[in-house]
Amino acid sequence: MAGPVAFKIRVQALAKAYGEGAGSHLALRDFSLDVAEGEFVCLLGPSGCGKTTALRIMAGLEQASAGSVVTTPPAAGQPANSMVFQEHGLFPWMTAVQNAAYGLEMRGVGRREREARAMAFLGRIGLARFRDHYPHQLSGGMRQRVSLARAFVNDPDILLMDEPFAALDAQTKLVLQEELLALWEAERKTVVFVTHGIDEALALGDRIVVMTGAPGRIKQVVPVPFARPRDPAALRANPEFGRLSLEIWHLIEREAHAA
Amino acid sequence: MKTASKERLVAIASPLAALLAWQALADAGMLDTRYLPSPWRILLVAQQLALSGDLWLHTRASLYRLGVGFVLGAVPGILIGMLMGLNRYLRAALDPLIAATYPIPKIAVLPLLMLVFGIGDGSKIAVVAVSVLLLSAINTMTGVRGIERVYFDVAKNFRSPPWKLFTRVILPAALPTIFAGLRISLGVALVVLVGAEFVASRAGIGFLIWSSWETLAVEDMFVGIIVITMLGVATTQVLKECERYFLPWRH
Repeated sequence: MAGPVAFKIRVQALAKAYGEGAGSHLALRDFSLDVAEGEFVCLLGPSGCGKTTALRIMAGLEQASAGSVVTTPPAAGQPANSMVFQEHGLFPWMTAVQNAAYGLEMRGVGRREREARAMAFLGRIGLARFRDHYPHQLSGGMRQRVSLARAFVNDPDILLMDEPFAALDAQTKLVLQEELLALWEAERKTVVFVTHGIDEALALGDRIVVMTGAPGRIKQVVPVPFARPRDPAALRANPEFGRLSLEIWHLIEREAHAA
Repeated sequence: MKTASKERLVAIASPLAALLAWQALADAGMLDTRYLPSPWRILLVAQQLALSGDLWLHTRASLYRLGVGFVLGAVPGILIGMLMGLNRYLRAALDPLIAATYPIPKIAVLPLLMLVFGIGDGSKIAVVAVSVLLLSAINTMTGVRGIERVYFDVAKNFRSPPWKLFTRVILPAALPTIFAGLRISLGVALVVLVGAEFVASRAGIGFLIWSSWETLAVEDMFVGIIVITMLGVATTQVLKECERYFLPWRH
C-alpha cells in the first residue's frame, strides 16, 4: 500500500435495480472496483451489461440501489468529475466555444476568461477556426472533440467517458483515440472510460474491467501491459495486442452471443 | 440560363399571366364583373380607399387588435406552458381544463366576451388572446416535455444552478416548438379576428369586407381580402425574422 489513500475512486458492492416488485430488472450487481489516482480504467462489456449504469452512478446522475462510491476529494475549487457523453450530448444551440466553456459558465467564470480558456483548448485539438460553428455544422469527429473539450476545459479531478467514440467511423475513431491519449498524457487525470470495443479498451486503458451481461458483474480485470505513450495504430501490429484481444474476446464471447 | 433562374422566372410569370388573363377576360366581357371585377378596377378602388384614409383606419384597427391580442395571449401562454412542462402536479391540474376549453371554437365565446369586455376593441382583443393563449401553452408544454434527457444529464453533471438550467438548457431547447406554436397561433388569430370583426365591429378589415358585402361593393370586398392576406403574410414574416434572430442555430 502506497500511503493511506491508495485509490481515487472506490466502488463497493454497487447494485442497481430498475422498477419495483416482479417487474424489476437488475442492471448491476456486486460491482466493486478501486481506481488509482491518474489511472485510465476501461469498462468493457456487451450492450446492456450495466457499464453505463455504473458510470452514471459514479457521475452522480443515478442513485445506486445498494453499495457505495467514494472518491477522494478534489483540490479546492476543482469539480469532482465531468462526463463525456455519447454522441448528441452537445447543446445544439451553443457554438463550439460556448459548448466547450459550458462547465466554466456553470461555475460562474466570466465570459472573457471562460472563452479564452475554451479557445486555448480548441486550439490544442485543431478546432480554433470552428469556434462559432454550431454542432450541426461540424462533422461527427469534430463534435466529439468539442465534447472532450467541454469536459477537459472544466478541469475536473476525474473524467468519466460514456462510449464517446462509439458512433464514429473506424478511421476517425483511431484519430480521436490518439488525440485523447495525447491529452491524457499531458494532464494524467483519472479516467473511467466505458466502451464495447476491445481494441479501444486495449489502446487506451491501464486496466480493462471486463463485465458480464445483465445483471452486470465484473468477470475479470485485465491489466494492459503496453508502455506509454502509446500509438493506438502501431499497437495493432503488436502480437501481444492480438493475443490479449483474443483472450478478452473469449471472456465476453458467450455474453456477446446472448446479447 | 440556369435551371434555377428559369424556375424562378416561371414562378414569377405564372401569377402575372393569371392576372393578365383575368384582366383580359373581364375586358372581353366574359366575366360577370358584378362578382369578379377586373384587377385594374380593384386597384383603382384600393387607391381611392387608401387616399380617403379609410383603408389605413381599418388596417390599423385590425393590426392593433391582432398585435395586442397576440402578445396578451402568447406571453402568459408560454409561461403557463413552461410551468406545465416542468411541474407534473401543475400539469395534472391544468391539463383537463385545457383539454376541455381547447376544442371550443373561440369565435363561439365572442358574445360572452362582449358581455365582459364590451363591444369595443376589448372583446376582439380578448378573443384573439384566448385563442393564442391556449395554443401557445399547449405547444410550449410539448416543447418542454420533449427535451432530450441527455441535456438534463449534462446540466446536472456540470452542476448547473437552477436558473442557468432554465436559461441555457430548457428555454433554448423548447424554443423551436414554442415558435411553431406561435406560427399556428398567428394563423388562428387572423381567422378569429376577421370573424369577430364581421359581426361586431365598426372598423377593421373584417368590417370592411362584411360591410362591402352588405352594400354590394364587390371591389371594396376584394381590397379587404387582399389587405388581410397581406397582413397575414407580413406578420408571418415578422415572426420568421424573430425566429431567425432567436434560433440562429437552426439556420
